[in-house]
Amino acid sequence: MLFSAFSLLSAGLFVALDAVDVAFTEAAVGAGISTILALATLALTGARQEAGTRHKVAPLIVVIITGSVLIYASIDIPPVGDSQAPSHLHVAPRYLNQSMKEVGIPNVVTSVLASYRGYDTLGEVTVILTAGIGVLALLGGRRRKKERTKSGDKEE
Amino acid sequence: MEHHHILRTITKLLIPIILLFALYVQFHGDFGPGGGFQAGVIFGSGIILYGIVFGLDKAMAVIPPSVLRVLAALGVLLYGGVGLTGIFLGGQFLDYSVLAAEPTKGQHLGILLIELGVGTTVAAIMILLFFAFAGFNREERG
Repeated sequence: MLFSAFSLLSAGLFVALDAVDVAFTEAAVGAGISTILALATLALTGARQEAGTRHKVAPLIVVIITGSVLIYASIDIPPVGDSQAPSHLHVAPRYLNQSMKEVGIPNVVTSVLASYRGYDTLGEVTVILTAGIGVLALLGGRRRKKERTKSGDKEE
Repeated sequence: MEHHHILRTITKLLIPIILLFALYVQFHGDFGPGGGFQAGVIFGSGIILYGIVFGLDKAMAVIPPSVLRVLAALGVLLYGGVGLTGIFLGGQFLDYSVLAAEPTKGQHLGILLIELGVGTTVAAIMILLFFAFAGFNREERG
């Protein structure tokens, strides 16, 4: 519930910041779908955690290395609101000024998402598909579930 | 939910509006806020609402999971296919300007098609996720 309310609030905040497209996404995904999925997950999980498996060192090392690389990379990011940041110097003005001539679509957000940044959006869609496949592989289709509960019964 | 008459009636009234709004967001994304991603989520939530109120079986009868799996892949294929069509027509990957006689017309067409691909994949995956979670829950209890 708090998640949902928070998402709705931040959607309102995005509208106040004139980022209507982001607000739209936040309201639909954050306040709608992810709340349902969070509730469904709560319904699936029990109150108790299974007795711990042994501690694994390798994942910790991977996480630490990835984290420090990310932190190292973030040092190069220009400060927030820097008008001299590279993205404000050549990409943003071109998108804003040339979009109507080059793409011919009134909504600049759509032309950036779908046309100028087409690769990124293709990647995002692929990520969604892959994530969906991952969840389906974990939770399984209905038919496979029955087989699994049967085999579980045999084990017991 | 059998005896929640108000809920069922309101849901029956709301679902067509939600689906219509999703289609509006889908195809009006060029001009107003929105696009394939938002439209897919809204469309998916319409079906999910139907599933919550009227039961999983009826929702699965409306859109079977097997169809959804194909749709999810088709969306990405449509997106990639539009990109490859650009190459075959002499442009670069995901270059929509060559899709029609005028570059801006081509851009329009390309963006419309890839947004449709995005919307299809997102809607299918959202509904599939809901089916997976809800179906798992019920069989655990039953």
